[in-house]
Amino acid sequence: MRQPVDHAAKQNPTTHRAMVTPLKTIRGLGASRGGTEHFIRQRLTAIANFVLVLFLVVVAIALSGRSYPDAVELVGAPWVAIPLALAFVSVCLHLKLGLQIIIEDYIHSDGMKMLLLILTVFFCLAVAATGIYSVVRIMFLMTAVPA
Amino acid sequence: MPAADVEPQGRGHRPRPLSPHLSIYRPIVTMVMSIMHRVTGILNVGGLLLVTAYLLSIALGPEAYANASAVYGSWPARVILVAFTWSMIHHMLGGVRHAFWDVGRGMGHSSRVALSWGTVIGAVTLTVVLWVVVLIVENF
Repeated sequence: MRQPVDHAAKQNPTTHRAMVTPLKTIRGLGASRGGTEHFIRQRLTAIANFVLVLFLVVVAIALSGRSYPDAVELVGAPWVAIPLALAFVSVCLHLKLGLQIIIEDYIHSDGMKMLLLILTVFFCLAVAATGIYSVVRIMFLMTAVPA
Repeated sequence: MPAADVEPQGRGHRPRPLSPHLSIYRPIVTMVMSIMHRVTGILNVGGLLLVTAYLLSIALGPEAYANASAVYGSWPARVILVAFTWSMIHHMLGGVRHAFWDVGRGMGHSSRVALSWGTVIGAVTLTVVLWVVVLIVENF
């Protein structure tokens, strides 16, 4: 992280470091300029989630109690598989953005914050990859399983 | 939020005095719904993992699917599933509440209280409705 300019120390070399307030410290860094994009992306994925997750809840209800070939046929059909894959992308992005805010709110040490943010990104990629892998594999299973 | 009592301490700094906040403030529905939105968001991560695991079980073959269905159909797992669906629905309705506020509507006192109560009551109602539908579909 770029170190903030220590205005107090520069202008007055005898000033005790502890006299610098947090506000003065962050003024050296300025705004992150990523806030608006984060806000818009969070709302966009939220809208997508509203539609996709509702649809998938309906699919999940239709899925209950089905035999294996019926389950594969339902999940492998394009009108289910495509929204399902898109849902994983949207949900995982929404999840990453939300967890990022939570981490930034509560973790104050730079090293731990960066580590947790990196882990969050990796976690979301792993979940999305698993979901999309499952959808693709089920799609291939559809030809192998007799109707 | 960063606070004077949890700032990184070092070189013999005393924590600065801070007025009591959570210990004395009476819970108000808008405030509780705000933190519940965050809590349900975190719980939804667990719900997502459960959904992903089930989907993976379908992809992995009939034995995996049978095992997963047996586990997910058992009543302790069902209780957990009900809790996770409640969490998802509550977070969704909270999102709708935030959508109202994002466009500037519903910020008057009675509106925001109504939206907040609507979130909590609507979430419980919709969860019950959802699971009644599941039970009907499974048993008819």
